Amino acid sequence: MSSRRSRSRQSGVPSITDDQISDLVSKLQQLIPEVRSRRSDKVSASKILQETCDYIRSLHREVDDLSDRLSALLASTDNNSAEAAIIRSLLM
Amino acid sequence: MNPKTYHHISSNPSSVKSRFTRGFLRAFKKIKRQQRLLPTSSSSSSNPSPRPYLYGRVKIAADKSLALAVGSRRAWSRALLWKIHYKAWRQRSRFNNKKKRLKENKKNKKKKKNDDEEVGFRHAKELRKLVPGGKAMDLCSLLDETAHYIKCLITQVQVMKSIDQIYSF
Repeated sequence: MSSRRSRSRQSGVPSITDDQISDLVSKLQQLIPEVRSRRSDKVSASKILQETCDYIRSLHREVDDLSDRLSALLASTDNNSAEAAIIRSLLM
Repeated sequence: MNPKTYHHISSNPSSVKSRFTRGFLRAFKKIKRQQRLLPTSSSSSSNPSPRPYLYGRVKIAADKSLALAVGSRRAWSRALLWKIHYKAWRQRSRFNNKKKRLKENKKNKKKKKNDDEEVGFRHAKELRKLVPGGKAMDLCSLLDETAHYIKCLITQVQVMKSIDQIYSF
């Protein structure tokens, strides 16, 4: 049953051209700092995808790290006893 | 306050960068205000709200303001916004439909595997997990969305770094 499903899907959907793919992959290559310096014909598409995954993961980690530092700032500035004491006295 | 740092953040007032900066700063200040007004258990307590809770809120605020800054013209920003709202909804209603979700995942897995391996990209599977909404895209749009997603992630990191520098003085 799975083969019938894939066959009918192939006839309906236009096939993706190789040019389109290589175009998009070269666009990706420009963004990633590790592969940007090397020439496009020497870097395989599979390697570019691998580097893309690693790069996205490192960017995620940086965002997590920065969120951590910002939340630490929030927690520490709240210890500013002068301001906190004033606000508390105003609320009570 | 150094005016130079502000200048390079908002050189183009309607760019993704400035929209994200404004939205994120607004959310950040809101979290700060809410945290200050929380009643402390004892006068000598170190933190009114626990650190992991704050970290979660800051991270969600960062992702949400990034997706809002991009708007709904990109599939990944729509998927990211949907994911954030869905998680918040699930937390509120506290229903865990684990069985339902497992069945849906099994249906979609077979279709996408055929497409990727035909063109010969095995790493596309990994990429789909990383880009929001990547599981439901064909290969062409996946690559296109990835490029835009990476650009926006870089912007997000730059802005958050600048905010961190400014606030830590």
